[in-house]
Amino acid sequence: MKALQNIGDALGVAVALVLSGDADLLEIVLLSLRVSLTATAIACLIGLPVGALVAIGRFRGRNAVLIVMNALMGLPPVVVGLLVYLHLSRSGPLGFLGLLYTPTAMIIAQTILITPIVAALSRQVLEDLHAEYAEQFRSLCLTRLQAVQALLWDARYSLLTVGLAGFGRAVAEVGAVIIVGGNIDHLTRVMTTAIALETSKGDLALALALGIILLVIALGVNAAVQSVRMTAARQAYV
Amino acid sequence: MSDAALITPIQAAVRAQPKALGPLQVRDLTLRFGETTVLDDLALDLGTSGCTMIMGSNGAGKSLLLKLLHGLMQPTSGRINWGSQAPCEVTARQALVFQKPVLLRRSVAANIDFVLKSRGKDKARRHRLLDHVGLSHKADQPARLLSGGEAQRLALARALATDPEVLFLDEPTASLDPASVLAIESIVNEARSRGVRIVFVTHDVGQARRIADDVVFLHRGRVAEHSAAADFFPEPQSEAARNYLNGRIVV
Repeated sequence: MKALQNIGDALGVAVALVLSGDADLLEIVLLSLRVSLTATAIACLIGLPVGALVAIGRFRGRNAVLIVMNALMGLPPVVVGLLVYLHLSRSGPLGFLGLLYTPTAMIIAQTILITPIVAALSRQVLEDLHAEYAEQFRSLCLTRLQAVQALLWDARYSLLTVGLAGFGRAVAEVGAVIIVGGNIDHLTRVMTTAIALETSKGDLALALALGIILLVIALGVNAAVQSVRMTAARQAYV
Repeated sequence: MSDAALITPIQAAVRAQPKALGPLQVRDLTLRFGETTVLDDLALDLGTSGCTMIMGSNGAGKSLLLKLLHGLMQPTSGRINWGSQAPCEVTARQALVFQKPVLLRRSVAANIDFVLKSRGKDKARRHRLLDHVGLSHKADQPARLLSGGEAQRLALARALATDPEVLFLDEPTASLDPASVLAIESIVNEARSRGVRIVFVTHDVGQARRIADDVVFLHRGRVAEHSAAADFFPEPQSEAARNYLNGRIVV
């Protein structure tokens, strides 16, 4: 009963914190969004063409590529964080760039984590669409590039959901960003790492406030994507 | 960058305008799926103009023959010769309208623009093409919300946007209402009058009588009969064609 009371108190403080527009809180939220949205954009730039090429390609070893792509969707964040750390640390091959414990390092780690998700999910979406278009494309003698461009454009509303899945994974991820970002106040502290820190310190109010914001962002992005998809569905573009 | 550096090999082939496709010569054409023989040692000759109607009961191999002639499938054995052109170039000089039109998830206008752009043609032609098939007023509507007849007319406009020398039509009017059927036939007739060679698959005997110059009747994967329409309908030479025209079940 006491614990429930504490959660209730903490929730009240958390809501007040959110409504007060606390500067530290805002900084953490904005950095989280910057890191995760950038990682999602880069992952889409890489993952969507890869997914499209695998979707329309028929080559030796394709099944092996599919297995690897699907397996990489479950990459453990801490392993990715560790690998990026080893490469970016002062003694690593990319240490001269001085990126460790910067938002850029966090973007790199998240991009590695979600690119396979974007590639594998988009491959499935585009393969289904290609099954419908393939004969028409061959009849029109389209080049592979023209076919990929057409598929990506016509599947754009379905691919929004793929991007959303990538963003969801990125913004909720903590293992990789805490290793390569270091959770440094005013520099690399994002929502998930702050929640982990504040919880360990016993400051449940800030942790809960960040959790509420994380949930609201997830709900907002989902609602926006769903709204776009519904509009597209009404026009038979999905 | 110059214009020449931006065009694809297909656009280059089409722009180069080498001599037109020659008469079609098919010899020993066989298509098998496992143990099933769909087309069996088929031979066929077609001229360079007019409308050829391919008829036959379900499963006779009409649609597969069309896809083989267009280069969408490879035969198990045999030769398909359109003159001296390479297979890829042959496909680029033809167009196929499917029984169920495959429309892109875009507007009506964007469906035409896509083909014009892919072939390096002037997008200004779009309005004329849509006007030709009676869809100008629906240019901005989503293509997938068109009725069956409208969708097929859009597919025809898209095929004509490639300026094909040969237009294949695979039962384009199946399940359409009479007005839509006549609209499609009018567009096909107009294309034929401009010199486009038409190869048309249909089960509609009335339609075949209206527009065919010659009829190829397929039976069990072979050409049972190939004759002028004026001869075929009053006096079919093969028993299979006689039974088909009389409405008897042909297996």
